Amino acid sequence: MNGPAQVLRILPEVILTITGVLIMLIEPLLAQKSSRKPLGWLAVLGTLAALAASLWQYQLPPGTAYFGVVQTDAFSVFFHVLLCGIVLASLLAVLGSVPDTTENLGELFALIVFGAIGMLLMTSAVELLLVFIGLEISSISTYIMAGFRKKSAKGPESAIKYFLLGSFATAFFLYGIALLFGATGTTRIGDIAAALSTGQVSGLVYIGLAMILVGISFKVSAAPFHVWTPDVYEGAPSPIVGLMSTAPKAAAFAVLLRIAYGALPLLHAHWIPLLWWLAVISMTVGNLGALRQLNVKRMLAYSSIAHAGYLLVAFTALSVDGIAAASFYAVSYAAMNVGIFAVLSQAGGFEDRLTSIQDYRGLAYRSPLLGGVMAFFLISLIGIPFTGGFFGKFYVFSAALHSGMVWLAIIGLVNSGIAAFYYLRVITAVYSKPAATSPVNEVPPASVPLMLTLFLTVVTTLILGIVPGRVLAAAKAGAQTYASVNGNGTTVASR
Amino acid sequence: MQTHPYTWNYIPLLIQILVAVGMACSMTTFSWFIGRHRNTKAKLEAYECGIPAEGDARGRFSVRFYMVAMLFILFDVEAVFMIPWAVIYRQLPHITGSPLFGFWEMLVYLGFVVVGVFYVWKKGILDWATDKADI
Repeated sequence: MNGPAQVLRILPEVILTITGVLIMLIEPLLAQKSSRKPLGWLAVLGTLAALAASLWQYQLPPGTAYFGVVQTDAFSVFFHVLLCGIVLASLLAVLGSVPDTTENLGELFALIVFGAIGMLLMTSAVELLLVFIGLEISSISTYIMAGFRKKSAKGPESAIKYFLLGSFATAFFLYGIALLFGATGTTRIGDIAAALSTGQVSGLVYIGLAMILVGISFKVSAAPFHVWTPDVYEGAPSPIVGLMSTAPKAAAFAVLLRIAYGALPLLHAHWIPLLWWLAVISMTVGNLGALRQLNVKRMLAYSSIAHAGYLLVAFTALSVDGIAAASFYAVSYAAMNVGIFAVLSQAGGFEDRLTSIQDYRGLAYRSPLLGGVMAFFLISLIGIPFTGGFFGKFYVFSAALHSGMVWLAIIGLVNSGIAAFYYLRVITAVYSKPAATSPVNEVPPASVPLMLTLFLTVVTTLILGIVPGRVLAAAKAGAQTYASVNGNGTTVASR
Repeated sequence: MQTHPYTWNYIPLLIQILVAVGMACSMTTFSWFIGRHRNTKAKLEAYECGIPAEGDARGRFSVRFYMVAMLFILFDVEAVFMIPWAVIYRQLPHITGSPLFGFWEMLVYLGFVVVGVFYVWKKGILDWATDKADI
């Protein structure tokens, strides 16, 4: 595809860019005291358009644009649709829970949209420098969003911790790209694979691989690069945490899939043990850490570390099924995590009135709907059948077993058992009688946008748990295109 | 043609670092040993561009200084991106295969910069005298 028609390959990104810029242009023109929520609805419209554009991209023949730096294929479109969906649900959750008088609300909506552009770029880029730019766009937006509650002490703490550690990790990522460039003479993912398949592999490649892994592990909060997660999630507003615990992670996992399977498939003997250990440490640290938490958001932060671990299990499978399982898991994790943080933002509000597990005691008595939905998402996070979490885990572990990773699957299953304990503890609290002075008595009735978020996430989780076929087929199509597009698919596809 | 390990290319860099570090260390060391030490009150005072120091170092500044400094950095970096573009502008039609692609790309980019200026202006960050910028 050449000429102006190339723009169709980045259509969702273009739509989101126009939306974000429009929000930035309109925001200062509005009266100082007027509500910024219409801007949020504008962002919702833009995201819907981007979602439609992504779905439309399915009918484009797979291929690259803009001198081969952007590639649209079933893989990128799958993640585009997922990311647009997450952003849509989170925007609605923000609209439903944020007070009208919040400062800088217009900028928050613009930041969410700009961050989404970066994440979409990360998933469609096949040039490492563009991946880096996308990573930076999405990270800088999330750093600012993390510190959105300027007036509470936790907000700036969250932003500063995230920013310092995040920039450090990004530097690792960039240095890894530089070393790969030094060793292979290119930053294109396909060309790197081609260069590595011809000559002998320089030692720089291994260091570059390790550095890139460090950078991405930080972004997906895989242990031992996870320490920022609980503090950042605790300090950021709940609907924003729902967004930043899912969307940037999904994008970073897509990048890892592209790099591991696209650029370095021949080095799988080297990165599989690394990912094996990352997965084991993440699952264990995440679940053991969550056991000790009394604060619900911190507990969910540790749970997200554990879920990053489960997702990494799928990477080690080295098969099309593994890629498909990882993509599927990203979807199911996104649905339930955005959903549960939407419940938290309704129950605790933008300012986190409820924090500890005890504060949630009796939520189901105060609001049967909220309590029920919360229990449903927790059940899905455990991985009980008829929820998206079950099939997510099922595909991941069966892919691992098919590739002979028996020990990894056993460790993962033991971890799932441990995880059930701390999720169930919250469910028991939600369903026990509230004290007379319990803070849940002030939980307001849910607003329309928030109900929409809950509806979207609950329905997605149910669909994934009962009829996962279509999503899995889409994930498989992504994995397939992907394995065949990069000439070295043989090692990937044959197993 | 002689072949040598790739890393030997970095030897000049190593020499450069050694010379720089050695120079800095030797200058301070020698001036310490050779020079005379006669400390007066004026000499031991904090040095602030030759002006007598006054007040507390932890005083508060208006947030406007930081705003303007940040804007300067931002627009400075944005302008820097134009230099590589300008340097290869004449080759761009050849590289991109389209006569005006490079031109339009830069125009789009500048459009975004203008949007940024508009936002900053309307938000009142550039108004030094009013309180609008204190938000």
